[in-house]
Amino acid sequence: MAFLEVENVVKQFSGHRALDGVSLEVPENSVYGLLGPNGAGKTTLIRIINCITAPDSGEVRLNGKKMTADDVRHIGYLPEERGLYKKMKIGEQALYLAQLRGMTKKDAQKALKYWFEKFEIQSWWDKKVEELSKGMAQKVQFITTILHDPKLLIFDEPFSGFDPVNADLLKREILELRDKGATIIFSTHNMVTVEDLCENISLVNKSRIVLQGNVAEIRASHKTDTFSIQSVNELKTDDFKIIEQLRKNNLFESKIKKSHTDTNNELLTNLIKQSEILSFQEVLPSMNDIFIQTVSGNSVDE
Amino acid sequence: MSKINLIIKREYTTRVMKKSFILLTFLTPVLMVGMISLIVYLGTIKDNKVKSIVVVDKTGLYKDVLKNNESYTFRFTDATVDELKKQEEQESDFAAVLYISDDLSKNASGATMYSEKQVNLELKTYVAGLLNKHIEEQKLASYNIPNLKEMVEKSKTDIDMKTIKWSEDGKDKEASAELAILIGMITAFIIYMFIVIYGAQVMSGVVQEKTNRIVEVMISSVKPFELMMGKIIGIALVGLTQVLLWVLLTVAIGAGVTTFMGGDIDPASIQKMQDMQQMGQMNMSAGVNGEIADFMSSVAGLNFTQLIILFVVYFLGGYLLYASLFAAIGSAVDNETDTNQFSLPVMIPIIFAIYAGIFAAENPDGPLAFWCSMIPFTSPIVMMVRLPFDVPAWELALSISILVLSFIGTTWMAGKIYRTGILMYGKKITWGEMWKWLKY
Repeated sequence: MAFLEVENVVKQFSGHRALDGVSLEVPENSVYGLLGPNGAGKTTLIRIINCITAPDSGEVRLNGKKMTADDVRHIGYLPEERGLYKKMKIGEQALYLAQLRGMTKKDAQKALKYWFEKFEIQSWWDKKVEELSKGMAQKVQFITTILHDPKLLIFDEPFSGFDPVNADLLKREILELRDKGATIIFSTHNMVTVEDLCENISLVNKSRIVLQGNVAEIRASHKTDTFSIQSVNELKTDDFKIIEQLRKNNLFESKIKKSHTDTNNELLTNLIKQSEILSFQEVLPSMNDIFIQTVSGNSVDE
Repeated sequence: MSKINLIIKREYTTRVMKKSFILLTFLTPVLMVGMISLIVYLGTIKDNKVKSIVVVDKTGLYKDVLKNNESYTFRFTDATVDELKKQEEQESDFAAVLYISDDLSKNASGATMYSEKQVNLELKTYVAGLLNKHIEEQKLASYNIPNLKEMVEKSKTDIDMKTIKWSEDGKDKEASAELAILIGMITAFIIYMFIVIYGAQVMSGVVQEKTNRIVEVMISSVKPFELMMGKIIGIALVGLTQVLLWVLLTVAIGAGVTTFMGGDIDPASIQKMQDMQQMGQMNMSAGVNGEIADFMSSVAGLNFTQLIILFVVYFLGGYLLYASLFAAIGSAVDNETDTNQFSLPVMIPIIFAIYAGIFAAENPDGPLAFWCSMIPFTSPIVMMVRLPFDVPAWELALSISILVLSFIGTTWMAGKIYRTGILMYGKKITWGEMWKWLKY
């Protein structure tokens, strides 16, 4: 049984259907990616999981039980459109938000101290939000989201606005939270982070899920029989097609496509006949390619 | 602490700690008292310059009548008015010219006063008083009745009519219509101000939360309704604090100023009033002290406990009614400039209410006053105006019930619009759209 189950959720807004029979299962203690182009319905789905809006039909289950508004306190939600009160001091604000999430003032103070030290931002406590940059404010928002130690974390576009150093810090924190037992759902457009972080994904397009599953399996199933080869001699088209071949330091680097019926070993046998092979690696499509391919509905011609 | 309390606390403390709030709260009473003191002070300053009046007396009868006093001296001349006018143009050493063409006991309009500037009331009253008194005595003397003067003097009375209204407990209370109107208008105006200023604050607070995008963060931990009510109640408390501080500070500063200036000014101004009354042949028996005593007894005649309780009830009722509407508008729009279009229909009844209140003061039991004190959108203001005129208990009960039911209704409605509105971005909102949200 999955930790969070979304079953056949439908949400109709006046004029258009934002979600049309969406189902997904998030295993406990994993990072789950929610992908999809803008306007696909990701934020609506996240809002439904957070009990901010109610679905027209279908249900959301947490640990096998239908989710109620009371369960929301086990969720840490970092919305895409996030803000802070500009005129309030960082520390006061973080305390306020933590208390609204049900923490006592004492616990919140303790937890905040830990996280402010961890992120090395103790000096910000008495600063006003308007004095911070966007990226700085996002760090504070991240802390306020995870402060109450929620079992389920939902991040909507967590990396937008972060510089690479801080994005990396955030990635490490997310993985650390997972290792400590949290289940994490995040939506993003950044496919590299999906490959780095997610075990499973759902790709939402036009209110429906068009692709779902384990990242490694999805990539394997989308392979295009393309290999990158490093060889001593130049390769010539045989049972395989050469897509490109470059000469580098007296060695040849080639990208080839095998015929669909051959096995990898048969391909390798053919290659060995032509030259000594220094490296042989199957090229799996990136999530980015798969995303574009699935969403635009075209196959990638390579 | 429950979530709504946290929200109320935040709304309250952030607003009360603001420099603008502190400044406004403490400066307003100072300015009010300062302005009133300035007016009182300027009113009591005496024009020390002695003005001279040139008298052209064709009859020669009044040389002894027009007596100099500390403000005016009279100079008699044979020159004509035209000559004096020319003289005035070149170099003036007199304030006015009094021209007496005829025996005033035969022709009452035989005296004219010329001056370059408007003749002030004090001078006119003084001169007319002297002449009147003289003619009166002259006429009395012409009847040749012994001791007539004394008889007339004795027969003079001053009817100091008191207005007393019968109350049900059998006690008579002295009432002053002017005071009732004054208190009614002041309380009504405070409610009006409060609704407009703090209603607008609720609206801009909601808009700010929305444009800041903090609302998404908030909404994941509190219900939209809690967020809205927390803001409305928090701001209501800010308003109550402000009004309370204003009252206390005004009283304190007022008391301070009166004791400080009191010894210096009051006797002088009272003396002056007395002088003027004497000159105008007014009866002095009632006296200033009598008037003050009347005023004080009218103040005591009003039911203050009832007034204060009902003030707070209508104050909060009216505010809650409008604040929820303002919150709904704030939630529906994307930025503050868009609020104008939607806040106008809400502002119209408030502005109407203040005019209705002014008419209600003139006729507190008329149909306009009655209906406007029942309709919840105008009742907080109009009822406050009617209140000092003793509104029947059933009317009060009905009006308050309607108001309470209405604000529950508008709050519920606003909650629905708010819930949808705050998460809606970049959409041009129409009235039709808002109507649809109500039905979600």
